[in-house]
Formats: sequence, C-alpha cells, structure tokens
Amino acid sequence: MTKQTILNATHRAAGAKMVDFGGWDMPLNYGSQIEEHHAVRRDAGMFDVSHMTVVDLHGARCREFLRHLLANDIGKLKKSGKALYSCMLNERGGVIDDLITYFLGESASQGRLAREAGASATAEAKASPDMRRTRRAESAQESADSAKEWFRMVVNAATRDKDLAWIGKQAAAFDVQVTERPELAMIAVQGPNARAKVLALLAAADRVRVEKLGRFAAAEAGGPNGMPLFVARTGYTGEDGFEIIVPEENAAALWNALSAAGVHPAGLGARDTLRLEAGMNLYGQDMDEDITPWEAGLAWTVSLDEGRDFIGRAALEKQKSDGVPRELVGVVMDEKGVLRHGQRVVTSAGDGEILSGIFSPTLGKAIAFARVPAGARDDLRVDIRGRELPLRVVKYPFVRDGQSCEGI
Amino acid sequence: MSEIPGDLKFQKSHEWVRVEEDGRARVGISDHAQGLLGDLVYVELPKVGEKIEAGAGCAVVESVKAASDVYAPVSGEVVEVNEGLADKPETINEDAFGDGWLFVVKLADPDEVDALLGPDDYAELIENDEH
Repeated sequence: MTKQTILNATHRAAGAKMVDFGGWDMPLNYGSQIEEHHAVRRDAGMFDVSHMTVVDLHGARCREFLRHLLANDIGKLKKSGKALYSCMLNERGGVIDDLITYFLGESASQGRLAREAGASATAEAKASPDMRRTRRAESAQESADSAKEWFRMVVNAATRDKDLAWIGKQAAAFDVQVTERPELAMIAVQGPNARAKVLALLAAADRVRVEKLGRFAAAEAGGPNGMPLFVARTGYTGEDGFEIIVPEENAAALWNALSAAGVHPAGLGARDTLRLEAGMNLYGQDMDEDITPWEAGLAWTVSLDEGRDFIGRAALEKQKSDGVPRELVGVVMDEKGVLRHGQRVVTSAGDGEILSGIFSPTLGKAIAFARVPAGARDDLRVDIRGRELPLRVVKYPFVRDGQSCEGI
Repeated sequence: MSEIPGDLKFQKSHEWVRVEEDGRARVGISDHAQGLLGDLVYVELPKVGEKIEAGAGCAVVESVKAASDVYAPVSGEVVEVNEGLADKPETINEDAFGDGWLFVVKLADPDEVDALLGPDDYAELIENDEH
C-alpha cells in the first residue's frame, strides 16, 4: 500500500499533483515545477520530506559503531549538533545508501524530541536486560561523555527497509540501540530568505542561537506555539536554509505557519532540478550497490584515515590501486534538448550513460551527471533519438547560491 | 482546465486538429495533455516539406518530467511550423489550443478528419481519464 506523510491532506488541499515516490504518495508539484524551482533560488520554498527515515542511535559504543559502518569518518564530528554526509557501503564497496548523521550530546539532549528518543531506546533495552548489563560491564571504563552522546541518522525513503536491516545487523556487535522515529515529520525550508523566515517563527529565546548555527549543524528550538523543533542548517538544493524535524502532530501547523510567512510549497520535481544544479547525487540514479564512491563522484566523502576498518574499505582500496574503470562527470548540452536518465553517451574511450539528467531552469539548458570510461573528457556526445549531440564536461556544482557557476 | 474550442477534432492520444482554408489543418496538443506533461522545456518539430502519416510519430514534446511523442492526427505535407516554440516552449502550457500550435499540414485526405473525436467525445474521454 502507498504510504502517506502526515501532510498528505495539506498537499492535496493545495492542489498538488501527487506521484508515487519509493512507495510514498508525494507531491510532484503544486502547479508549475519551474516556478517552484525559481521560488527556492530567489526567495524561499519548502518541501515535505517526512518520507525520509529518521533513525536514532544510542549506546556507549555508538561512535565506534559508526566508524565501522560509514565510509566517512564520524570522528570528524567533535561538537554536539554537527552533521556529516556519508555513504554506507557493502563489503564490495558498493553504496547501500547515502545519509546524514548528526552528533548529539548532552547539550542537545535537553529537549523533548531527544528525551522521547532516549525513552524509547531505554524501553528497547529493557527487552534484553542481560545483554544490557553485560554491555555496561564491558564499557565501564569508557568515559562518561561517550555514554551520553548519541547520534541521529536521516536515510532515504526508498531504501528504508534494507538500511534498517543492515544497520540493525551491524549494530548488534556494538550493542547499539537502533530506533526508528516514524512519528517525526520533516520539512526542508530552502532559499536565500529561508533562514530569516524560519527564525521569525522560533521562540525568541532560541532565535539567536539558531541564527548562529554554522552550515551542517543542528540544534533544538521552540517553534510556533512552543512546538519542539530540531533545526538543521542542511539541505538538498544548493541554497541556504534549514531542514526541520517536527513531531507529526505539529507538522501541519508548522507548514501552515511557514506558508503564512510567504514560504512557497515546492514538490519533488523542483527538488530534483535544484539538487542536480547544486551538483548533488541521487541514490538509485547516480549510485547504487554496484557502484563505488570512486565511480560516483563521491571520493570527497570517503575518509581513508589510518587504522579505521570500515565496511567496504578493502574493496575501495583495491579498486583504487587497480584503477577505477568508470567515473562520474558533470556535463552541459549547449544544443537545445533535454538530457535524461539512461541516454547513451558516446566517447572515444567507449560508451557511457546519462545518470541524473534535467533541463536546468536556472541555466535554461540541459545538464546531467554522466558515467563514462575513466579519462574520457573530450568529444563526448549523447544519443538522443538517434541523433548525436555534443556534451561539454564541466566542473560542478552547476549553480551555487542562485548563480550559474563559472564555466557552465 | 480551459474550455475545449468547438471547432477542434481530437485524437485519443491528445493531439488536436483545426481545419482551416485551402485544405490546410493546424495541429497541436490538448490543454489536458500539457497539464499531464507539466512545464514544457523543448519541442522537436517536423521540417517544412516533410510528409507525415496519420498515427505515426511526427514531433516530440519534452517537459520537465518526460519526453512524449506527438502522433500525427492526419496525413499530409507539413507547410508551416511554429518557430516560436524553439525559444518559448512554455507557450504550449499557456495556450495549448491557440498560440501553442505545433505545425500546419496540407491535408492528403480531408476525410481522415471525420474519423477523429469531436469536442464532446474528447471531453468525455479525458473525464474518464481522470477517474
């Protein structure tokens, strides 16, 4: 059965055109996808991303667990509230999912959202009191600080089941409690005016603190009528803004308050064109379990720090020393037309294919990620309905902070 | 949804035809079709002089969502194409039955038009489509 977010009725009442996305009934657009795209680039737009899966991780060995689970190094997160983007790999180095992990410690655990998480983790632990006692004895020497820290992950909706199975399987050895938080909704507010519009809705006492949040950092705050919010300065559009986690029962009220503040509702269609312009990968289209981060333009997210034995590391190192056969490049088509997923790319080194491809509303032409044989740079062409049209390999992001990047 | 003009004939695949003077017919896609496609970003039209055949693909309209074939509702020779769409494909979203026309064809067989759906039948077809 198709799942619905708590905002489903709100979208339908706003006249949204709904589509199935990874088993969820989600808004594709509320009229014009291109207008929604421009609203985010020029002002502020909001997306219901409640279909994404929030997972809380508790346990004294959480950090050790995540250093094993993720290809990026969670050790980079030193301050409570900081976030890290990473791939979660299989033993072959293929990408199971890409996700964001927030490090949350004492200071962030004061609020209601965290307390509830802690409570449910405790409830789970009660199911196996013996195991828990053993774990306590073993980790008694660990610092009191690490016992109080916990982590929150946000993973893709379409990969929820396999992610939870994989994380749960790996967590067992570290005695880490994995708690899904389906009762939490999520709204992304993005655009040059997004932060100001959100800040104006926050409790006065929290405003300055949230305003000071750096990029990729999060904090709890009170929202309209005191609703508890988890506000992260992250996003998937290349614009500044926040991603806000909110209890389901408050989600519609928050959405309506944002709408009243002039934030434009935007659908998955605009989300896709915004993220590709910003040079961000989409799981399932740009990488999957048979593609390594080296082949997906995600080398920057892999941390080969000494002595850390993360899942997939051996395979990644082997591929690196053997030579990576394919790579992801950003391409622009200067001729009229649209680049789309699956189109054949012709190069002098062999064929490749278009991964994510769109007509870029900001640039007024087609852009894409393509996977091509390693080293193919010149003389790329795309086969569109039997016609070969030239592609230009460019450095991406294609668009940053509302502007076309140099060389695009 | 805008009114369906009474002088149009339709193909089930959502192309419209308006028979004009001298055995010419103007062809476009319906307002319903543009709504299904979403914002249009590219249109590939036949060339003037090209012979098209009823039922065969003769143009492509691409929206933010997908590329979609346009099937010729009638046979004949293309005598005019809507050049303005190259730079402003969104004209189809704004005025599918008017300024968003695709091309004009010199009818090979005017009787072909009679086999197409009238406005009421087409309205009924898309009504059923939506449920």
